[in-house]
This record gives sequence, structure tokens and C-alpha cells, in this order.
Amino acid sequence: MPQVDWAALLPQYFLGGGGLVLLTIGSLLRRRLPSWFATAFSAAAALGALGGVIWLWIRVQDPARGAFTTIAGTIGIDGFSVFLSGVVAVSVLLAAVLASGSLRRQGLPVDEFCVLLLLSGAGGVTMASANDLIVLFLGLEVLSIAAYVLAALDLRRGASQEAGLKYFVLGAFASAFFLYGVALLYGATGSTKLGLVAEFLAGGGAESNALLLGGMALLLVGLFFKVAAVPFHAWTPDVYEGSPPVAVAYMSAGVKAAGFAALLRVFNAALGANAADWQPIVYAIAALTVLVGATLAVVQSDVRRLLAYSSISHAGFILVGVEAATDAGVAGSLFYLGVYAFLALGSFAVVTIIGSGPEGRQSLDAYDGLAKRSPALAAAFGVLLLAQAGVPFTTGFWAKLEVIGASVEARSYWLAAMAMLGAVVAAFLYLRIVVRMYLTAPSDGSRPAVSRSAGFVVAVCAAVTVVFGIVPGPLVEITNDATIWLGG
Amino acid sequence: MTLAAASTQAFPVLGMLVVLPLLGAAAVLLLPRSRVELVRPVTVLFMSAAAAVAGWIIVEYPVASGGFEMIVDQPWVAAWGISWKLGVDGISLFLLALTALLFPLGALAVDPGHDHKAYYVWLLLLEFGCLGVFSALDLMLFFLFFEVVLVPMYFLIGQWGHGNARYSAVKFFLFTMFGSALMLVGILATAFLHASATGGPLTFDVVEIAQAQSLATTTARWIFLAFALGFAVKVPLIPVHTWLPDAHTDAPTAGSVILAGVMLKLGTYGFVRFGLYLFPEASRFFAPLMLTLGVVGIIYGAVVATMQTDFKRLIAYSSVAHLGFIILGIFALNTTGLSGGLLQMVNHGISTGALFLLVGFIYERRHTRAISELGGLARPAPVLAMTFMVVMLSSVGLPGLNGFVGEFLVLLGAFEAHRWWAVLATAGVILAAIYLLWAYQRVFHGPARGENATMSDLRWREGLVLAPLLALIIFLGVYPRPVLDRMEPSVDALVVHMEAHDDPAGVDTAETEPAP
Repeated sequence: MPQVDWAALLPQYFLGGGGLVLLTIGSLLRRRLPSWFATAFSAAAALGALGGVIWLWIRVQDPARGAFTTIAGTIGIDGFSVFLSGVVAVSVLLAAVLASGSLRRQGLPVDEFCVLLLLSGAGGVTMASANDLIVLFLGLEVLSIAAYVLAALDLRRGASQEAGLKYFVLGAFASAFFLYGVALLYGATGSTKLGLVAEFLAGGGAESNALLLGGMALLLVGLFFKVAAVPFHAWTPDVYEGSPPVAVAYMSAGVKAAGFAALLRVFNAALGANAADWQPIVYAIAALTVLVGATLAVVQSDVRRLLAYSSISHAGFILVGVEAATDAGVAGSLFYLGVYAFLALGSFAVVTIIGSGPEGRQSLDAYDGLAKRSPALAAAFGVLLLAQAGVPFTTGFWAKLEVIGASVEARSYWLAAMAMLGAVVAAFLYLRIVVRMYLTAPSDGSRPAVSRSAGFVVAVCAAVTVVFGIVPGPLVEITNDATIWLGG
Repeated sequence: MTLAAASTQAFPVLGMLVVLPLLGAAAVLLLPRSRVELVRPVTVLFMSAAAAVAGWIIVEYPVASGGFEMIVDQPWVAAWGISWKLGVDGISLFLLALTALLFPLGALAVDPGHDHKAYYVWLLLLEFGCLGVFSALDLMLFFLFFEVVLVPMYFLIGQWGHGNARYSAVKFFLFTMFGSALMLVGILATAFLHASATGGPLTFDVVEIAQAQSLATTTARWIFLAFALGFAVKVPLIPVHTWLPDAHTDAPTAGSVILAGVMLKLGTYGFVRFGLYLFPEASRFFAPLMLTLGVVGIIYGAVVATMQTDFKRLIAYSSVAHLGFIILGIFALNTTGLSGGLLQMVNHGISTGALFLLVGFIYERRHTRAISELGGLARPAPVLAMTFMVVMLSSVGLPGLNGFVGEFLVLLGAFEAHRWWAVLATAGVILAAIYLLWAYQRVFHGPARGENATMSDLRWREGLVLAPLLALIIFLGVYPRPVLDRMEPSVDALVVHMEAHDDPAGVDTAETEPAP
């Protein structure tokens, strides 16, 4: 029986345990529960997880105690894992709040959604803190399977079922690639423990280079699928279009953060010594992802597809930070993930509001003249969109600065330049929505019904975007501290 | 090296200047909905306060100083070494003053016919951004301001513009953002290479980076190009100028005044402050290219302006020509040319600002900008016609008015440095006379038909707005000494700085051994 530091698993208890408890209560007392119960319960669980994250953060940042591993070295608690656990917990929290208003209006089951959300969050936290490839895979599967079901939650709509199936089939493929990669890496290095892999590679390299390179390539394919990098992105627009928007809000924030947690942990930490082998691939993929994502987004007419491609483009930016293969690059990627979680959650919260009308309109026309019909909502969405375009004095600008800065520092000038050009293309698509909201006459005078919960989420996300856009210092410090990796 | 920080002041007067419009924006936002009639007065009040502070800065500015004065330095993002460092020298002094002057005039002059809070908030935020660009001494802070001005201008053009406003607004935004995209990479490269060459912490301090000159020659040239693209779009230089006629034509009058009067100078100012100062060798290396683009702009702008049928578009293209002159002066790289270029930036702001105001007044009355529909306006509106003539002649460069002094210095400086470019540019002076005089003739002379015959003359309010601009046109034309006296020490210091760092071999050694 390995020695277990039970307190290190606080976020998992709240999310995973909370999910199971809610499932039990929900199935036993189905009829007798007040309608707000599931939301309140999962929000409380997410808050508890967030409390655990803060406690762990203080513990990890304390120089006397520092980062540590537990359960025989399979779980690693360091600044990196705690930060990304925090991002996942915040995503779960805001998605749960968002769900209460929007799902009920669509007649979808809120308690099932919350159970799956909490379980998926538990998987995400496990991925963020995994220090062993097998545990990482477990976390990935818990996260993903819950997410597949979330995508298919809207059973009556064919599109939602299609999204769920597509996500599941391609996700399962990706998992298989990932698992095969784990096997090859194990063959090359003799361990699945990331610390030992890193030690082994730093010590002199693999016996068989082919095994190592093959393992790397397969792991990359699997993880590129998860983070939706071009050319492994084809599922994203369909899934984002078909799934309930609340599920998409969580996917684009939480699932993306967890996917990048795995990518960063495996490549920048464990395979950091062999960065020269994987950097060229990430270089090409990052450039492709930014440019293709932004370009394809421009021609979309459905807001969900548009935001899906925009999220692909953002993933490319985060990959720019990964490519730098430095601490600054990791800090930049983390900063971007933290910032983007709020931008994505806020944007999809707006989509749930606009799309929640009787006919559930999701085309760009639904945004015509929003500034006249609902000025506050338009202003908040405008802030979120301009931040995604990287306008100064918003968090989006600093996020770009962080990754581009890391890339320039690592002398990847051309990648940085290509990413910035991608940002200009992307700016056009955000302007398309802003034009609709501000510069187009409304087709009808209907005011969108903003539920209190959705309004709250949009307001929080917009406020975070502006406040940390003006005072980015604290967030920069936190992400810099979050690159305190577990040594070997 | 007198360009280094010369003095800091107890009271952050420069900080106050930059922050005032921001406070104004907050004040306007907080006005209750029931008191919309206060929106415009409050806006003008804050803008006038900023103008008063700018006047105070001119008075306080030590005439003979060549360095940065009234420095404000507040750390902002410590991990990145970014700080709120503001300062003013002879180069930025009058651009700050021009900005502070044109904004209240723009807001006062034209009643946009509505009390939209957002319109005035965007105007105030735009002023905040422009003042920030002209006073920032931190590269990253400068970039933030340089980028952030896009958003207010985008909304001003798109929401309150005429014609194809949406298209023009988006085009403006994307063109400018495209230009500055690579500049961000350049700024970051400059800072990181500087930090690694000197071994110091990461800093974006302009003075520090410029003094150290720690970049290798080729690197500096590449980075200069990245910067130059960003500035060239803003100026705008051929061939990245196509956003300008659209944006200027479709913007509301106040927007056109600000675009032409202030925002085009963001680019030329950028060339002086961040091109010449940070990369002296690269600036000299690329000077022939820039001079050529400047001359092409002069001729092309003038020829295209002659062909225009839209009055506002004509003036927009005349800006392309005028900005070509400024570039010519700057890249003459001598004190005469640079002073002329700087003076011409202020002059162009005053006269083109006034021209756009006047065209705006005519548009308010006649609701058309087509030259063919206007005619004989001098008869019903003699004062307006007279004012227009003075402003137009200043734009043409008539001796005794402000345009002449700047243009003359530019041509003199360019002639000393690169004779043939100056010769070609002089042709532009003649062309300017052709298109402006011809336009004047078509609009104001001849018989006044239809609605033209009954057009009302300049109102008191409009006259009051134009008065300070007219006074400046004449004052600067007759007695530019006070302005030049304050500009020249800084320009001299810049030229000395450039000459000291012009030896590529010397720059190369600076990279291998950290500068002291």
C-alpha cells in the first residue's frame, strides 16, 4: 500500500465525490428535489474544489514544503497542476451556474448535466495533477466520456446525438493513439512515471530511438485531437454546433485546459530533454492551427461554428507557448488558458442567451442590432470579443503578449509573426459579430431574455477580462509561479 | 547624450494630461440618463481642461532642454518590466498640444445631431489613447496606446459615419492591426535581445534601449522593418494607404478631424521616436527607401486628389501627399529636415483639421460632398469662403502662413541630404496648388444655383471654433520661432545620437560585449 497524502486530493474529492453523491441523491429523490438543488450542489462542490486548490497553492508555494508527489509518485502536486486544477474548477463552477437557467429553458435535465459536469471536472483535475501516463490516461477517459455524454445530452435533437457520436468515435480514436503512444514510450524508457521518464531521457537517452520517436508521435496525435489542433480539429465545429451551448462552454474552457495540461506535462516536463525532436512538429501545427482556425472562422455563418473555429485558433496560440519549450512558454500557455477559460465561458453564455429563444436562433442574424435591444449584453459580449481579438487593456492582449513573448524569447520569430498575422485574420471575425451588434439595424425589437444566472456568468467573465486587462500583474505572477515543476 | 531623462517633477502634470480624458469618459458614463443634455458640455469641459494642462506644459517646458521632461514613472507589470513611463520633449510637446487642442474643437464644432453618450465616451477614450502614444516612454505602453486607439475610432466611423461606414470602419481596423501585428514581435525582440545583450532585467524603457544600442546591425534592420510596417500603415505610406480615403470620407466630421489632425501623426511620430531613436543605423540604411515612398506619396496623393469628385475624399488624398512631405523631412535625417517634418506635422494637423471642419460645415448645410453639386458658395457665404481660402492657402504652403515654413524646411533639409528627391518633391508643391485651388474654384466661385444660393454663412459658434486654428495658421506662418526654439534642441540631440551610433562596426562590437 503506497503512502497517500489524502489532503493532496481535495479537489478530486469535491468534484468526483460530489458527482457521485449528486448522482445518488438525484436518483433516489428524483421527484422531491427542488429545481435549484443540482445547481446549488454542484456550484458548492466546485467552490469546495476551488477552496482545496487555493489551500494546495499556498502549500505548494511555501518554500519550506514545495511541490510533492503522492500515491507512489503517480500524482504530482506542483504549481502547474494546482493552477490548471483551478482553471478546471472555475469552468465547472461557471458552467454549473450557467446550466441552471439555460438548460431548464430548453427542457433538458439539469441534474444529469451537473453530475456529468462534476465527474468530467474530476477527470480534468486528475489530468492536471497526473504524474504517471496511466493516471493521465485514466483522467483523460473520465473527462472525455463525461464530455461525450454532455455533447449528446439534447436527446431530441439529431444534431446533438450526432455531435455526441462524432465526439465519441473520434475521441476514442484519439485515446487509442494516446494509449499506444504510452506503450511505445514505456518500451523506450522503461517507465510510465513521468519523473522517471524525464530522468531516463536526461541521463543518456533511449535504447531505441525509433520507439521513443514513435511514442512521441502517437502521444502528440492523441493530444492534438483533444486540444483540437489542425489537422485534428475536424470534430470541433460539428460538436460545438450540435451540443447544448452550456456543454460547449465547459468544453472550450475546462476540457481544453485539461488537454493542454496533459500536453504540457508530457512534452514540456517529461520529454523536455528531447524538445528538439518534437518542437518542429509543434511549430508547424501551431502555425497551421492559428491560421487555418482563423481563416475558416471567417466564412462561418453560425455563431457556434464561428466560435468553434475561433477556439481552434486560440489553441494554436497556446501551442505557440508550448513550442517555446521554456518556462516562459509554459507560463504563457497557462496564462492563455486561464484567460481564455473566461473568454470562452462568457462568449458561450451569450450564445445560450441569444439561442434560447423559441426558435433557438444561432445564425449571426440573431445578433443584429443587439446593442439597441440589450445594450448591457452587447457591451459585455463586445468586451469578450475584442479581448479575443487581442485589444489592449483586456486580458486577451496580455495572453497574446505572454505566448508571443515566450516565442520571441526562444527565437521562434517566424512562428510569432505567423501567429500575429493569424490574430489579424481572427480580429476580422470578431469584428463581424461586433458589426452585427453595433452597426446593423435590429431585424425586430425583441429583447433577449437574460436569465439571472447567465447574466451573472457573462458579467463575471467580462469583469475579469477588463480588471485583469488593466491590472495583469497578479495573474502574470501567479502563472510564473505555476511553472514550478516537479523536479524529475 | 542629452536625450536621457533630464528632470522629474513633483507634480505629475503629464500624467494628469493623459488621465483627464479618461476621467471625462468615466464622468460621461456616470451621467444619469435623464440629463443627456449634459453629455456634450461635460465632454468639452474635460477636453478643455486637458487643453489647459497642455498649455501649462508648454509654458513650463524648459526651452533649451533637449531631453525628456516631466517624467512620470510608475511600475505596472513588474514581471515584464513594463511601466507607466511618460515624458515629453521638444518632439512630442507640440503634438501633445495639437491633440489637446483639436479634440475639444472637434467635439464643439459639429453638433452631431444626437446626444449619444457612447459617441462622446469614444471621443474621450480616443483622446486618452492619442495623448498616451505621444507621451509614452515605454515601448510596450506605447504599443498598448497605439493599438487601443483603433477601438474608439472603429466605433466612431462605423456607428456615426456616412456612406459605406461599416466597410470603412472594418477596413481601418484590420489594416492598422495588420501593420502593428509584426510591430509587437519587433518590440518583444528588441526588449529580449537588449536584455540578453546587456545582461540586465527585461525592460521596455525607450531611453535605456536607445542609449545602449545593443542590437546587431542586421537584427536592428529587421526589427526596424517590423516597426516601419506598423508606422507606414498609420501614416499612411503607399502602398498601404488604401484605408485612408475610405475612413476619412466616411467618418463623422469630428472623426475626420481627429483622424487627419492627430492620428496620422501617430505614424510619423512613431518613425521619429521609435524608428530613428532606437535604430539609427537601420534608419539611415533604409532612408532611401523611405524617401522614395515619401516622394511617391507626394506625387501620387496629389495626382489622385486632383481626380476626386468627392470634396472630403480630395482632402483625404491631400493628406497622403502632405504626409509624404513629413516623411521626406524626417528621413532627410538632418536637423533642418527633421524640424521641418515635425513642424509640418503640427501644421498639417491645424490646416487639415480646419479643412475637414469646413467641409463638415458645408455638408451640414448642403448634405452633399460632391464637388459637382456645389458651386458659387462664395456669394451666399463670404466669411466661410474667406476662411476656407486662408486655410487652403496654408495647406498649399503660401509664404506667410504656417504651411510654408514647414514645407520650406523639409525641402531644404531634403535638398541638403538627397538633392534629387527634393527636386521631385517640389513638383508636389505645385500639384498641391493645382488640386486645392481648382477645388476651391469649383466650390466657391461661379454662379450659385439652387440650394447653393441660399446656403447660410458661418455661424458664431463655428467661427469661434475656427478662430484658434486661424490664429495659429497666421502666427506660425509669421513667427514660428517659439515653436522651433523648443523643437530644435531635441532634434539636435536626436541627430547627434544618430551620428554617434551610425557606425555599423561599432554596433557589432556592442553586441559581443555588454554595454556599460
